[in-house]
Amino acid sequence: MASYSTNEFKAGLKFMMDGDPCSIIENEFVKPGKGQAFNRVKFRNLKTGRVNERTFKTNESVESADVVEIDLEFSYSDGEFWHFMDPSSFEQYAADANAIADSKDWLKEQYVYTVTLWNGTPLLVTPPNFVNLAVVETDPGVRGDTSGGGGKPATLETGAVVRVPLFIEIGEVLRVDTRSASYVERAKKD
Amino acid sequence: MLHNEQLQNILKRRAKLLANVRRFFSVRNVLEVNTPILSSAAPTAPYLDSFSTRFEAGSDSKDLYLHTSPEFAMKRLLSAGSGAIYQIATVFRNGELGRQHAPEFSMLEWYRPGFSLTDLMTEVDALMQQVIGLPAAVIFPYRDLFVKYLQLDIYQADDVLLKQIALDRIAGLTADWQTDRDGWLEMLMSEIIEPQLKALEMPVMVTEFPASQAQLAKIEMNADGHHVASRFELYAGGMELANGYDELCDATELRQRFEQDNQLRLQQGKPQMPIDENLLTAMQSGLPQCSGVALGLDRLMMLYFAENNISQVQGIAFIES
Repeated sequence: MASYSTNEFKAGLKFMMDGDPCSIIENEFVKPGKGQAFNRVKFRNLKTGRVNERTFKTNESVESADVVEIDLEFSYSDGEFWHFMDPSSFEQYAADANAIADSKDWLKEQYVYTVTLWNGTPLLVTPPNFVNLAVVETDPGVRGDTSGGGGKPATLETGAVVRVPLFIEIGEVLRVDTRSASYVERAKKD
Repeated sequence: MLHNEQLQNILKRRAKLLANVRRFFSVRNVLEVNTPILSSAAPTAPYLDSFSTRFEAGSDSKDLYLHTSPEFAMKRLLSAGSGAIYQIATVFRNGELGRQHAPEFSMLEWYRPGFSLTDLMTEVDALMQQVIGLPAAVIFPYRDLFVKYLQLDIYQADDVLLKQIALDRIAGLTADWQTDRDGWLEMLMSEIIEPQLKALEMPVMVTEFPASQAQLAKIEMNADGHHVASRFELYAGGMELANGYDELCDATELRQRFEQDNQLRLQQGKPQMPIDENLLTAMQSGLPQCSGVALGLDRLMMLYFAENNISQVQGIAFIES
């Protein structure tokens, strides 16, 4: 297994820590006074999503993690697993509930998601920043009110609930920012 | 790489700052000098790694080191009666690369025969005020900093307590971390105390370091009856900017410190460094009592130009060299 020395540390580097794959968020080289140097590292545990800190002695080494990010198309869910497909190789990947926990409100068939694979298994599914989704349920629209003031909840086809302007009606397709779970605009018609 | 406009801007600001530094010393009759970058000797400090290279000349071939600071050569000039001198030098330190570290950087170093450490601290403060417009510095003895920010008296605390406090207070430090007493003190200083000094928004000069951290400074008894190193460090903007000594002038004691350092290097499996015999000989012939300080010019520029990465003030940075 390949390993990395602290002098190779940089943001985005994937390594193993206590048996879990992790990704470096921030690495700071510290040399106090005339003493021994160390690296102050902030990293994300890719399995739990948790952010941790760890101090490493300079020249200490860590094991690399076989983690890659690829773009996959969401196919369907069987209730237990969420199935994705590589649109070029047609290879199938099954993500468990943990991997889709943060993206389940935004999963729509045929949309492309960034999937983080660890040893070939999906660890994390990240939605695109913006998705277009249809409204399946909301209070009747208030005709003529295009001010955008006020607002009401609307349920989208994936089950997500976002706050929308009063004029939005059932069946309309909305552009939504998945990072803040917020309405952006009516989707432009093709 | 910086955009052309950013680069031109940095070059101009660097040049202006260097001109202001030179004016500061010119007015005070301190002589600018240059000393060799290559030396057949190198510092022995256990955590300071020199770059090495080789002079190729048949039977005269020899291994050489790039200086990590112009200190040894400047002390030879002082011993030869140069009087007050300063130098702006590029210095080299192997393995040091980070937000505040580059393997080569600009050092401003100066020596003042006849100055006490306090005299020199006053001059450093004047330089910081005049050249980059900082407010006046506050002075803290090392012990007082630990009392103020960690409610800890370092002269009462044993190593076990220091380790326990470090593990309690520093996120990311694991119980298997091993170091010596000075290692724990430095860890607490850099991880807990320094960030709080940054919040003070004025420069801080730390004095009366533990005698075990004397480096090349004299050791003396302070008012509380503790042996302390007669040195100071200047912190500003969350960075260590300068390190000054009331210089040790005793060649015999200096040789002992070099040899102790080399023993530590041996224990850590690091190469022992050739001791600078030219320096020791010059000191024996008479290094005048003097105080001296080394100041990181790139960090000074980071502070002045409000940049948070040393590569942003160097023009062409190490990773592009």
